Amino acid sequence: MNAVVQAKAESRHLLSGNEAVARAAWEAGVRVAAAYPGTPATEILENIALYPDIYSEWSVNEKVAVEVAIGASLAGSRALAAMKHVGMNVASDAFMTQSLAGVVGGLVIVVADDVGLSSSQNEQDSRYWGRFGHMPILEPADSQEAYDMVKRAFDLSEEYEVPVIVRMTTRVCHVKAMVEFDGERVEHRAAGFQKNPQRWVMTPANAKPRLPLMHERDRKFRELSETIDLNIVFPGGDRRIGFVTAGPAFMHVRETFPNAPVLKLGFSCPPPLDKIRAFAGQVDTLVVVEETELLLETEIRAAGIAVRGKDVLPRFGELAPSVLRPAIKPLLGEPWEVPKRAQASVFPRPPTMCASCPHLGPYFALSHIRNLNIIGDIGCYTLGAGHPWNALDTCTCMGASLSMAHGMDKGRGESDEKKHIVAVIGDSTFLHMGMQGLLNMIYNRGNVTVLLLDNRSVGMTGGQENPGTGEDLHGLPAPRVDFAKLVEGLGVRPERIRMVDPYELPTIVKLVREETKMEEPSVIITNRPCSLTDRFERLQPYVVIDDQCTGCGNCIDLGCPAIFVARRETVTAKSGKSKELVFARIDANTCTGCHMCVETCAPEAIVQPQPQNRVIRIQPHA
Amino acid sequence: MRDGITNILVVGIGGQGVMTAAEMLARTALSQGYDVKKTEVAGMAQRGGVVSSHVRFGPKVYSPQIDAGEADLLIGFEAAEALRWLPHLRPTGVAMVNTLRLPPPVVSAGLYDYPADPIADLAASGIEVHAFDAGAIAEELGNSKLVNTIMLGAISDHLPFPAEVLKASIVEGFRAYKPRLADINAQAFDAGREAGHAKTTTHRSAT
Repeated sequence: MNAVVQAKAESRHLLSGNEAVARAAWEAGVRVAAAYPGTPATEILENIALYPDIYSEWSVNEKVAVEVAIGASLAGSRALAAMKHVGMNVASDAFMTQSLAGVVGGLVIVVADDVGLSSSQNEQDSRYWGRFGHMPILEPADSQEAYDMVKRAFDLSEEYEVPVIVRMTTRVCHVKAMVEFDGERVEHRAAGFQKNPQRWVMTPANAKPRLPLMHERDRKFRELSETIDLNIVFPGGDRRIGFVTAGPAFMHVRETFPNAPVLKLGFSCPPPLDKIRAFAGQVDTLVVVEETELLLETEIRAAGIAVRGKDVLPRFGELAPSVLRPAIKPLLGEPWEVPKRAQASVFPRPPTMCASCPHLGPYFALSHIRNLNIIGDIGCYTLGAGHPWNALDTCTCMGASLSMAHGMDKGRGESDEKKHIVAVIGDSTFLHMGMQGLLNMIYNRGNVTVLLLDNRSVGMTGGQENPGTGEDLHGLPAPRVDFAKLVEGLGVRPERIRMVDPYELPTIVKLVREETKMEEPSVIITNRPCSLTDRFERLQPYVVIDDQCTGCGNCIDLGCPAIFVARRETVTAKSGKSKELVFARIDANTCTGCHMCVETCAPEAIVQPQPQNRVIRIQPHA
Repeated sequence: MRDGITNILVVGIGGQGVMTAAEMLARTALSQGYDVKKTEVAGMAQRGGVVSSHVRFGPKVYSPQIDAGEADLLIGFEAAEALRWLPHLRPTGVAMVNTLRLPPPVVSAGLYDYPADPIADLAASGIEVHAFDAGAIAEELGNSKLVNTIMLGAISDHLPFPAEVLKASIVEGFRAYKPRLADINAQAFDAGREAGHAKTTTHRSAT
């Protein structure tokens, strides 16, 4: 078993913020934890899963995860839901009302904002949800605080009968730092669900009397914020600027201005306005350093306190020392010039699909078919927008591909008249929020060709399980959804449901061609596992016989990272036109023997040194 | 090393073991009584992107990030990646670089050029560069996954604690979880340490 899981109180460990949250949840007596994977929050549930005392699950989406946690809380159990920032949008319908009804067992929502967008489609500030949903927010600045504050959040949640948000950012989730444990698991008895329709059935008549109670609760939190030991002043000798800050920005402020007084808000919503006013009185200028939106600053200014912040600091991205220094130094009358350094000019290295990725085949097909509008979704297949495929035209949010494609079909403009509309979505995203879009399209007699790329994993977040993989969070066998039956059940005609091996390039090109011409919805389902998961079987690598390579470059168009350009030659054809030939080589360490590139090679220059009889040869297409 | 803080930047490509190497450095520093922070940006890195891991340790560490011009040591698992992160190194810093060249698909496709000699470019900037082919040493030892330990061995004489401490921490880790690999990693560490001693002046990297 994992060393951290077995660790006793008073031991010290190097933990990421996510690992610290998991340990704290265990110590706090959490009985139920649910999440949908999403960077940078994924490892919270993966680590909670290591503790056998906690029931934990991958839910199909964040709304479901929060509702599972709410149900457990009403039964009296302590419960936790974790998600990335965009997951909060999905989950919000649930917690916006439960915040009014309240909770029984402590309910904590851990949200991880991807400040700086390392792996997200937008940058959101989840602190708005605390204001919008009348829920308090704790903001840890590092792993130790994540550990301490998650435990604290459960106590607050039970005392005030409200869901509590613990707001993390990438720079807490994925930073490893020292954590000292101060306890071990404390069981919290679950009394069982106490029926009380006036409390739990949120009809207008029952919800209305809760409103004044919710506002009274807000008032109590405003008082608590003034006195709680999570909002603390770090004195400093240089009083020209005093900082109000929270989360990892606190660390950057201390690093950059070690002698400045700092009011650090661990309990940041609602903010302690009196405390801030008193602090402001002790410094020449009050500066708010907050990631990312102008939120505390607005509230402080509305309270009549003179404050600066986003007039000099950026309203997006991390407020790292390299950002703080040039912004704040001028306020101190100390101009700061970014030191000139030798800038190395190095090519970009954008993320790309992997060798044998089962998405390569579909994107090879999509990049070879004209007149398509390709509406994409969230997952590894978003990389299809990049080089060399350039075969993805939109990416907005989880599940949007099907519904946006339907809307584009119905709202066709002049240039779309002869275009076919294609939606591309993965297995997990389809189950998360895509099914509704397909049902809607069928019901409303739309016409979209759907590529359902089933790689049996949540790929981009590191290969987690979902209801389509046949395993659960713990790697135990679980019921596996049958995608063909599922889409048939939603109303796709059986003739228009096509299963295909994505490695069989000629077949998939032919299928996409055929189905896009149909005047009704069709779903093409691929069936090869993600090549980074254990379900993928690695075979003997291929090599290019240089003498036989004609330099056509077809295999390069596949976009497989195992295929490199060996050399280029420019030849002049009889017509006088010059043409560039690209000769390929395959890197033996990267190639996994999937044989996809063989399908692109007319001169049969790509071979396995010792052929394996398991390889299926497909007739090359004309 | 300002304020007693050591800043180490480990860089490379997803899957090369950059994060594992950084983790070993961080754990060893923690065992020596330092306050430690380690951070990386690797969200989509498993898909062939750039990985950078920052390790900071000292009496008290606040920000986990190493600013441009603040790294004391740069460990590059790939030649062009080391060059990419050169601006993060102090003028007095040391770069320990694996001469491996891994051009990405955008270079293969002819959209960008791979630098002709990244090691020479690094050396030309005036910093102290040590470059060697860690992959070749790993092959000699019979396991390409040893590159990680070889690079740690190479940097071990530039740390504020004895090289033996880092070696013991790596070898003990293997002894506990993968005992079969303990001895070979000890050898890899020593081989890397030896290879890391030579300074590069006008080195021409292998192609």
